Order: sequence, then structure tokens, then C-alpha cells
Amino acid sequence: MEYYLNFSLVWRHSARLWQGLALSIELAFISILIGCVIGFALAVAYTGGSRPVRWAVSSYVEFIRNVPLLLLIYLVFYGIPSAGGFSFDATESFVMTLSLYSGAYLVEVFRAGLDAIPKGAIDAGKAIGLTPWQRLIHVRFPIMLRIVLPSLSNAFISLFKDTSLASVIAVPELTYGANWIKTNTFRAVEVWIIVAPMYVVTGYVILAVLRFLERSLLRGARR
Amino acid sequence: MNGWWSFVVSTMPFLWQGLLMTLFIAAVVVAISLVAGVLVGICFAYGPWWARLPLRICSDILRGTPLLVVIFTSYYLLPFIGLNLQPLPAFLAAMSAFMTAHVGEITRGAIQSIAAGQTDAGKAIGLTFGQRLVYVILPQAVRRFLPPWINSVTDAVKGSSLVSLVGIVDLMLAAQQVIGRTYEPLPIYVLAAMIYFVINYSLSSLSRSLEARYAYVRD
Repeated sequence: MEYYLNFSLVWRHSARLWQGLALSIELAFISILIGCVIGFALAVAYTGGSRPVRWAVSSYVEFIRNVPLLLLIYLVFYGIPSAGGFSFDATESFVMTLSLYSGAYLVEVFRAGLDAIPKGAIDAGKAIGLTPWQRLIHVRFPIMLRIVLPSLSNAFISLFKDTSLASVIAVPELTYGANWIKTNTFRAVEVWIIVAPMYVVTGYVILAVLRFLERSLLRGARR
Repeated sequence: MNGWWSFVVSTMPFLWQGLLMTLFIAAVVVAISLVAGVLVGICFAYGPWWARLPLRICSDILRGTPLLVVIFTSYYLLPFIGLNLQPLPAFLAAMSAFMTAHVGEITRGAIQSIAAGQTDAGKAIGLTFGQRLVYVILPQAVRRFLPPWINSVTDAVKGSSLVSLVGIVDLMLAAQQVIGRTYEPLPIYVLAAMIYFVINYSLSSLSRSLEARYAYVRD
């Protein structure tokens, strides 16, 4: 039995792939925004915190980092609502999971960034009479941001790839779109031949854009 | 607390087979990707361009695609090019290829982090390429290689959970089967999470202690 490639059916449903790709990028973007807030807050809490605070932050980080993302997705989508008697929309639930997930990874990134701030900059802030809060906002945050920018770009690409797991709870992103076309047209080979490169190419385009943004931001900062 | 332990004791027999499958998959993938990845990494560092170029393309495609998509793609693409594999070997092949690409990058980074003077010194005392590699470069590169490699081992344990999506009963799917009977998702997912955590946390603690141990070595 011979299999003939036929891309016309995939082409007919290509809107699902484009919309899926857009949703994948959107999910990664929202998650990294929330993840940055979580990550920065916890990194600050960790660096200046007491022992129980540090312990709490590292338990959160270690738990998330050592459990498969797939399990976290199921845990948040099926596990937690079942015990509380409520339910979430699949997309909301996935964004929550991915935000908590990226938050745990970004705590480490931000913590390394905060540690790498030159001591002199903080002392200078003290010398001109800035309060700890002002030092955080006007001195430590901007310097840290410049240090962690490349890591943030990498985290974003990695999250973009992780959004493929949202398909398991029927969030209509790119992998879900591919599965839908596969199930409805039986054109499995064709659809995956198209979708895998879509991820690769999008990843590289995002990377190029982010590297360009990094360069222009850093150029402005050095002046 | 008592209720939790009796729950664990009554559930574990059903997860046990799945846990073994998870460990088996992780072990096979780690073994294959270690051998293949180190060879690929050596080729990245020293190979001629006509060997590097195709490997570079394959590696970048594999690393640029989500593991889930790599698995689904190979699942349907392999039969198309005439390789009819059972689900488990197909999954092992796909995930090993994915991990090989990552281990290759780790190896390349480790080798290239060794100062060029070391190679020159090896040449100066008349060592052949193979001798330089075995006696000079690799023993030093190992300490750069180990910590990220152990991280990739935890990634393999975590990534093996995707095998549940092609219908093979690993820890993840075993947990879901128990849930299918008891309709109690939360405690079972928490228990599965704890098992994954124990495996991976021991591995990442090992990686941290290795990192601390090698931290004193100067260049």
C-alpha cells in the first residue's frame, strides 16, 4: 500500500494552524509577564528574606522544577478544582500553570541578576539617601534587568515551545490545531511535516527579534 | 496524616509498574543520548564542516521543536519513510534523538571551554589527536559537562511523562488510570508529583554537590 502526500486538506484548514500559532505566542507572552512578576517578587524576598521566607521560596522553586510540566498542567486543571468544587476554563488554567512554572525558573534568573549587581551601585544609592524601596526600583531593578535580558529571551522561547503541552487539555494552540486536522482529515504525515518547522521557524524569528531588542535597549542604557 | 499513608499504601501497587516504565524509559534515553551526544559534541568541536553542517541542522531543528511535536512527528513520519516501529521503540527513538541534540551541545560547550593552550601543549609534547582528547581535553571537560548533563537527566525523567500521550503506561498514565477508577484526581496527582520530585530532586542535589566540588578548580 502506497501513501501519497496530499497537502490540500491541510491547506484548507490552515487557519487553525495560524490561529493556533498566534495563541501559542500569546500564551507564552502572558505567562512570562506574570512569571516575571512572581519571579522578581520572590527573588527580592529571597535575597533580603529571613530563613523561613527563603525556605518557602526554594521549596516552590524546587517543587516546580522537579515535576513534569505535563503533571503540573493536569494537577491545576483537574486536581485542584476537583478538591475545591470549582472549575476553570482550560486556557485560564494553562496560563496559571505556565505562569507558576515560568515564575519558578525566573526566580533563579532574577536572583542571579540581583547578586550580580555591583555593590558600589547600591552603596551609591544609600549615599544619596534613597530608601530601600527607592533603591530597589531606581537602582537594583534597572541594573538587574540589563543583566537578565538575554536569559529572559531564552526563557520566552522555551515557554513558547512548552505551550505545545496545552493541547492535552484542549487549549486550541498550534499542536492542538495540528491534532485536530490530523483527526479530521487523516493527513497525519502532512500536518506534522508542516507544524514542526512552524515551531522551529517561529522560534528563530522570535529569537532574532528579541536579540535585536536587547541590543537596542542595551545601547540606550550605556550612553 | 494517617489517612494519607494508608492512601499511599493502597495506591502504590497500581503506580509501581508505571514507575518502573518511567525509570526504564529515562535510563534508555539517557544511555543512548550520552553515547551519541558525546560523539556529536566531539564532532561539533573538531569535525570537518561537511560533518558539522548536517549535524548542526538536525540539532537545531530538534532543539527548536517542542518534544511533544518531535514525538508526534516521528510517530507518523517514521512509518511514512518505511520504518514501522511499535509505539515504545518509536518514542525511545524520538526522545533519544531529542536528548542527543541537547547532550551534543553540552559536550561541545564543555570541550570548547577548555583553554586552547591545553591543545597546544599536547601538540608540543607530540601527542596524537586521540591522545590529546583522551589524556588532556576530556578529563578536564568532564567537570564542565557533568552538572548540565545531570540537569538533562532530570529533563529526561520529566520528558518521559509524554509517553503517556502515546498510550504507554508510565507513572503519569498509571496515575490517570487510578484516577479513572477512584475519581479523586488531587491526591493521586500529588502522590505522582511527589514521586517525580523525589527522583529528580536527588539527581539535582547530586548535580549541585558536583558543581560545588569542582568549583575550586581554576583555569
